[in-house]
Amino acid sequence: MARATTTRKKIAWTALAWAVGLLIFFPIYWTILTSFKTEAQAINDPPLFFFFDWTLENYSVVQERSDYMQFLWNSVIIAGGSTLLGVIVAVPAAWSMAFVPSNRTKDILLWMLSTKMLPAVGVLYPISLIFVHFGLLDTRIGLVMVLMLINLPIIVWMLYTYFREIPGEILEAARMDGAGLKEEILYVLTPMAVPGIASTILLNFILAWNEAFWTLNLTAASAAPLTAFIASYSSPEGLFYAKLSAASTMAIAPILILGWFSQKQLVRGLTFGAVK
Amino acid sequence: MATKASRSAARIMMAPAVILLLGWMLVPLTMTLFFSFKRYLPLRGDSLERGLDWVGFENYARFLSSSAFWPSVQTTLVMVGGVLIITVVLGVLLAILLDRPIWGQGVVRILVIAPFFVMPTVTALVWKNMFMDPVNGFLAHLWRLFGAEPVSWLSEASLSSIVMIVSWQWLPFATLILLTAIQSLDSEQLEAAEMDGAPALKRFWFITLPHLSRAITIVVLIQTIFLLSIFAEIFVTTGGAFGTRTLTYLIFQRVIDGQNIGLGSAGGVYAIILANIVAIFLMRIVGKNLDK
Repeated sequence: MARATTTRKKIAWTALAWAVGLLIFFPIYWTILTSFKTEAQAINDPPLFFFFDWTLENYSVVQERSDYMQFLWNSVIIAGGSTLLGVIVAVPAAWSMAFVPSNRTKDILLWMLSTKMLPAVGVLYPISLIFVHFGLLDTRIGLVMVLMLINLPIIVWMLYTYFREIPGEILEAARMDGAGLKEEILYVLTPMAVPGIASTILLNFILAWNEAFWTLNLTAASAAPLTAFIASYSSPEGLFYAKLSAASTMAIAPILILGWFSQKQLVRGLTFGAVK
Repeated sequence: MATKASRSAARIMMAPAVILLLGWMLVPLTMTLFFSFKRYLPLRGDSLERGLDWVGFENYARFLSSSAFWPSVQTTLVMVGGVLIITVVLGVLLAILLDRPIWGQGVVRILVIAPFFVMPTVTALVWKNMFMDPVNGFLAHLWRLFGAEPVSWLSEASLSSIVMIVSWQWLPFATLILLTAIQSLDSEQLEAAEMDGAPALKRFWFITLPHLSRAITIVVLIQTIFLLSIFAEIFVTTGGAFGTRTLTYLIFQRVIDGQNIGLGSAGGVYAIILANIVAIFLMRIVGKNLDK
């Protein structure tokens, strides 16, 4: 009897949870679905949910018309480059703060975090001025640097919280066995730090990929990533829902897939270790 | 334990990150401060080479007294407040729902989190066109299905529409963090309360909610910082029209459209001060956590 009610309860909760989940996911589902319709089908009333002639035409149209590959490539370079550069700078910093903490470590960490809070719009003009002066406007290298700097605090923080979980005794044991600093880093720490570094790279790649203030304001044509490519659809001509959907699907698909792997890191990375 | 040598090595390893961030913070900040005290209208021939006129606090006063200022503050408050209320309330409910033993929990969680990974320009354009368009949008179809007149969301209910779009984007973040917090709740305490006959609502109010208070605070603070600088969602939907001009967007327009650098910079300084007030509270919580 009691068991029957628990099962019934579980069915009810499951149904509710699935309904809510599907409702939240619906806009994404609808975008993906629409990308396989013709423009006429895309605005059909009543909406077509499944039974229509699936077509891949939009994908080829979008690619031909707008150099999609160039935008994609820019996104990959900018997100990947800024993340890698950030990790290269952050690993030594986080390592030293985690293993050789001084009484100023906490202040430095909090100060780094505070730079992340600087509202971008407050420094938009100075940054554009610097960009113009050094010929960085609409270049990938310029954006790589800016995105690296805005994500650096998060990268340092994430790595720091991961490194702190590596027990210090292991280092001491290695030192007793005569390991120098180089061996210590190469053979003891690196293997233990790899998972943390990988998650940090993953989350920051996603954040950089989706960044839409600097990428919109500092690019024009040659360095524009997918965020700007999609924004160019905001003043459309004629029917464009299916093409917009195809372009959107291509822009978000890689990140959706990466994102599903990064759920746990998301909490740690964006709460600066305050919620684990 | 740490020797003198390792200390100086540590300092050297920290140096690149510290120097980069210091430069990133100080250089543009100093420039913004500098411009905010200057008359700087590039279109009227002001230029750095010829030197700029010092105008004292005129820009600051003009930014505050302009007719667009108070509406923009109001818009900002409504937007940030609205999104916070929606995401926190729904986030708590969703976190509780997802914490139940249900079939396919992992899949449901993926569905709920997905919006967070959609880039802001895609989110804004998909909602604007495919859902909120008064003729061909999905919501218009839905309204007609029930015999109602379709709504021109982004011109008639522009601010609430943007609140909705941004909430959809940030609900996953709130849910995920609150779910993580809920899972660390001691289930024995809840079971004991249940055995003592405490009804579900009371268990929620006196056990679950207090346990979540810290996580809620963190969600509120972090979201506030991100929401204060919402940009792309306004840029591609209304472009600041129809009462959706937030403080951030107003500053953006002053600098880019109006080409009044001095005025925009003064606005920027206000925005920086505002963000820092929120940041101080966040830092306290995060800092306390570091001591543990």
